Amino acid sequence: MSEVTYLEAISQAIREEMRRDEAVFLLGEDVGLYGGAFKVSAGFLEEFGPERVIDTPMSEAAIIGSAVGAALMGMRPIAEMQFIDFIASGFDQIINMASKMYWRAGMPVPMVIRGPSGGGTKGGPFHSASPEAWFFHTPGIKVVVPATTYDAKGLLKAAVRDNNPVLYLEHKLLYRMPELREELPEEDYVVPLGKAIIRREGEDMTILTYGAMVHQSLRAAQTLEEEDDLEVEVLDLRSLTPLDREAILESVKRTNKVLIVHEDTLTGGIGAELAAILAEDLFEYLDGPITRVAAPDAPFPYAPPLEAAYLPNEEKILTAARQLAAY
Amino acid sequence: MGSGREREDLLRIYYFMRLTRAMEDRTRTLFLQGRVVGGVYTAQGHEATTVGAAMMLGEGDFIVPQHRDLGMHLVGGTSPRAVMCQWLARGNSPTLGRDGQLHIGDIHHGIVPSISMLGESLPVACGIGLTMKMRKRSTLVLASCGDGAANTGPFHEALNFASVQTLPIVFVIENNGYAYSTPNNIEFAIENLSDRAHAYGMPGETVDGNDVIGVMKAVRRAVEHVRSGKGPALVECKTFRVRGHSEADKAEYVPKELLEEWLKKDPIKRFEQYLTEEGILTGARRTEIEEKVKATVDDAVRFAEQSPAPHPETVTDYVFAPDGPIAIIGEPGAEDPRYVNALDTRTGKPFTTISGAQAIALNTVPEEVGRR
Repeated sequence: MSEVTYLEAISQAIREEMRRDEAVFLLGEDVGLYGGAFKVSAGFLEEFGPERVIDTPMSEAAIIGSAVGAALMGMRPIAEMQFIDFIASGFDQIINMASKMYWRAGMPVPMVIRGPSGGGTKGGPFHSASPEAWFFHTPGIKVVVPATTYDAKGLLKAAVRDNNPVLYLEHKLLYRMPELREELPEEDYVVPLGKAIIRREGEDMTILTYGAMVHQSLRAAQTLEEEDDLEVEVLDLRSLTPLDREAILESVKRTNKVLIVHEDTLTGGIGAELAAILAEDLFEYLDGPITRVAAPDAPFPYAPPLEAAYLPNEEKILTAARQLAAY
Repeated sequence: MGSGREREDLLRIYYFMRLTRAMEDRTRTLFLQGRVVGGVYTAQGHEATTVGAAMMLGEGDFIVPQHRDLGMHLVGGTSPRAVMCQWLARGNSPTLGRDGQLHIGDIHHGIVPSISMLGESLPVACGIGLTMKMRKRSTLVLASCGDGAANTGPFHEALNFASVQTLPIVFVIENNGYAYSTPNNIEFAIENLSDRAHAYGMPGETVDGNDVIGVMKAVRRAVEHVRSGKGPALVECKTFRVRGHSEADKAEYVPKELLEEWLKKDPIKRFEQYLTEEGILTGARRTEIEEKVKATVDDAVRFAEQSPAPHPETVTDYVFAPDGPIAIIGEPGAEDPRYVNALDTRTGKPFTTISGAQAIALNTVPEEVGRR
């Protein structure tokens, strides 16, 4: 058993789920003949045929809407957005069709929408999105954001087996990152939706984060230990909906200081809701201001110096963490 | 004049057209009495299209109706009680009072619930069609929309995708002249919306949507095309919305002469005249049908009025479906209660949209009664 990349873990998850359950199928732009823009589905067409690996026209509403229709029929479609930015073209199907269906009509819509999200790849304003807040705000859809190779596979399998619409946001910067190569269990496993995980234990502060920012946060935590003698806990949320409130509260009750880190923009982001939860539930436990590190409230830029200025990184986390520690 | 069975089929069509009209008339009364809390959207004048099109379906076929398609719903088996419970926002309505109008369905009986974003149901119809194709079924989907929705992106995406994938879908456009207050001539710059079918490589024809026999014949041609495995087909039924967009809309923007012209073409009156001339609809049969229609509507309203309002504390329940196995709809054992989608798991009971009593389908259109 060899080590695999984050991208290979995603590919394995889809392939194994399609082998396990004939109701599972994949549809999206260039997913068949071409094997997907990032080659997640390379070889799938040969194995599963064109009825289960469907090359679609450039029609996000048709892709997501067809997934909704098939899911109503009891199938378990996986709809790929070639870049997650394009999900905006299929927004109505998610917001008004899929997410409200069970609540109003009692009919489950077991489907996954997945695609490459996030920046750092010089993708510019239309190939770098972190769209989680739009859907985090929408009742009726689950949102998961894997940070590791193990989770990429386990969360995707859990998403496919879930009976609700699940938005699975993979981070394209992590796809082939050598440090994330990992040997995965040979047996079938899932990472349950709604369970956060402590990536690093600490008593001085909690960093709440998810996705690619888990790795920036871990690096910052390491530096803080080495240079500042601070023990920083890093909690990887993994699922945004359902949110593991228990794990969040448990950690912050112990550390009494909290730094929230996400790649998405600041205002109305996930961090805003986390801050509200903490202010409401743990007011008396907090020994410092709830602090956020996020992208500024501007669209995602293209040029390298702009992108570097825009993205949260270890430096920005260190600065915020040191201020909070000194409070 | 046709065989006895054909005569009975025609009378059933007439019954559904009358029931549709009577249900809507009563809904309007309830609205004027302040008993319907939200907007009311009716479709007087559409009955030939909605009833006629749905009559062409068979076992295992699906309808994907829109907000004005009560006729399609009733033919498909939607219970008048369920419809009235929806309008009156009852806690036992198919949506448990969470949604109104005709946004109801039962996937086990081939009815897909619609939403207010018109046109968005058509991609969903593609997903139903894709499933039928993957599961090697010979069934099809009847998906409708109005002239307004024909200008949305999802309409065009769905037609194109259905055609590329050779999906078993009959698209029906109910062109009723107006999208709210916007007349056809500033909605699109073509004579017939069925021309759009050709752009996507499928047959399309335009028919008089107020002629039920003509609608049935055109939809049957489309159904035959789809069942032969050649992919989707489209029928545009030209009709007219003789009332406002909703009951709150007086529709003063509609020229009086135009309205009067279409009122003269009322599909029910036309069919009635035909049936009477042919000696199919006798005075006694007419009385019998009217009594049945009235009893059905009365029963539905009474049932809805006696039904409970939803409990306020249930408002946040059932946002997510529970875990468990999911059946592929329409396959043996799919209604086994162990499946999460077999019953309405919100209530643990069967879905309430379908009464079971009405679901009928005609597989023939009597050829010789085509003249008008």
